[in-house]
Amino acid sequence: MKTAIYLTLLLFIVAAPMHGQDKYLCKNGHIWFYSETPLETIEAHNNEAASVLTPATGELVFQLLIKSFKFERALMEEHFNENYMESAKFPKSDFKGKLVNLTEIDFSKNGVYQAVVEGKLTIHNKTNTVRQKGTVEVKGNTILVKAKFDVVPGDYDIEIPSAVRDKIAKTVAVNVDMAYQPYKK
Amino acid sequence: MKRPISLTLLLLTLLTPPALRAQEVDSLLDALTTPATEYASATFKATRIINGHSIEQMKARQLDFRIHHRFGELGDGAYNLWGLDQGTVFLGLEYGVTDWLMLGVGHSSYQKAYNGFTKFRLWRQSEGEENMPVAVSAYTGIDLQTVHWAQPTRENYFSSRLSYIFQLLIARKFSEELSLQISPSVVHRNLVATALDENDLPAIGFGGRYKLTSRISFNAEYFLVITPGREGAEKPINALSVGFDIETGGHVFQIMLTNSLPMTERGFIGETTGQWSDGGIHLGFNISRVFTL
Repeated sequence: MKTAIYLTLLLFIVAAPMHGQDKYLCKNGHIWFYSETPLETIEAHNNEAASVLTPATGELVFQLLIKSFKFERALMEEHFNENYMESAKFPKSDFKGKLVNLTEIDFSKNGVYQAVVEGKLTIHNKTNTVRQKGTVEVKGNTILVKAKFDVVPGDYDIEIPSAVRDKIAKTVAVNVDMAYQPYKK
Repeated sequence: MKRPISLTLLLLTLLTPPALRAQEVDSLLDALTTPATEYASATFKATRIINGHSIEQMKARQLDFRIHHRFGELGDGAYNLWGLDQGTVFLGLEYGVTDWLMLGVGHSSYQKAYNGFTKFRLWRQSEGEENMPVAVSAYTGIDLQTVHWAQPTRENYFSSRLSYIFQLLIARKFSEELSLQISPSVVHRNLVATALDENDLPAIGFGGRYKLTSRISFNAEYFLVITPGREGAEKPINALSVGFDIETGGHVFQIMLTNSLPMTERGFIGETTGQWSDGGIHLGFNISRVFTL
């Protein structure tokens, strides 16, 4: 009996950290976007994007609050939330996907790896499948993920009235910069 | 007996799910991206509901250039092209020093008046850890008329040109569409037209907006002057205004019908003369253009 309990406890102790390191968490990821036209440059930063990365399976999940995007101009921020993203109706945006070239990334070895991510991106309550290139950097206990991709507002049912069409770029460049730490419950 | 217990424990250990399952990932991310307190924003589209101030103010380093314009009375008929021949203008520059403090100066062609004001945000409407059902701001203004004295022969004092305005703006955004505001107000006039008029004029403003689309809202506003008035004194007429806010990128365009020609508090609370019932209605518009400094 005693040995069994000890064994069980040992199993718990051994198993728990393994499970714990199973996932990597990023609480304050930086996601920002640019829209550049001759008339106006629009830039907004969100430093509160959250994400979980599972190295074993390559699963990558992001979530962010639309209202956390900060603009230099208060009025732009208001319009972004009120008119374009309708953030009261659709407060969040998320991405659920996978690293498709998982075999090329060695999470146990420091280094910068090219990564390809594929998954479902939901913005403004509209979901599209996207495939993007980025980098995964392993740095000791930290995993850094960087990516840059283009979003066409129209693909996500974001209407841009003709009056401001010349001020908002046809494609908006979105940058992702995340730093993950092992997740412990 | 010994065996089953240890087996159960062993089984439990083996069956312990990995630290996080898909749903857990979702709820973890949900928790991380849900703010503890959510503040209401964009209760109104502009810093004015129509004539009166709304709870909104310029955020830090934002400058609002405002042009308000009221035509003559609709009841004037064809001779004055239903009021379009005449115009009264207010020009204002209003600045957000911080997110909670706004200062403004303006000039109105009505009685050639200059005005200055401060608007303080006291409470924001919020939900969550901090709960506040309404937003409250304090507005204080000073108004200086520079029109020639009505009786230049008697001794006139500079102080007689001044009026003071105090308002509490209490608003609630009930839904994305509906916002309502109550504005208890007092206008103190250093000099009034006749001995029967009171210097202090209390009033309550009622205002609201209903969003028709994301860029257009219907607005209405009523200022109820609650002074009983001395016997024989001419009672001020309550200002009633209805209009639309139309937002076009950097501008907010407000178009309205109102029985008040003056566009600042002293005027529309104390000196409204038009009657809705007999054509004393002015067509008008406010244009707001915001610059970031």
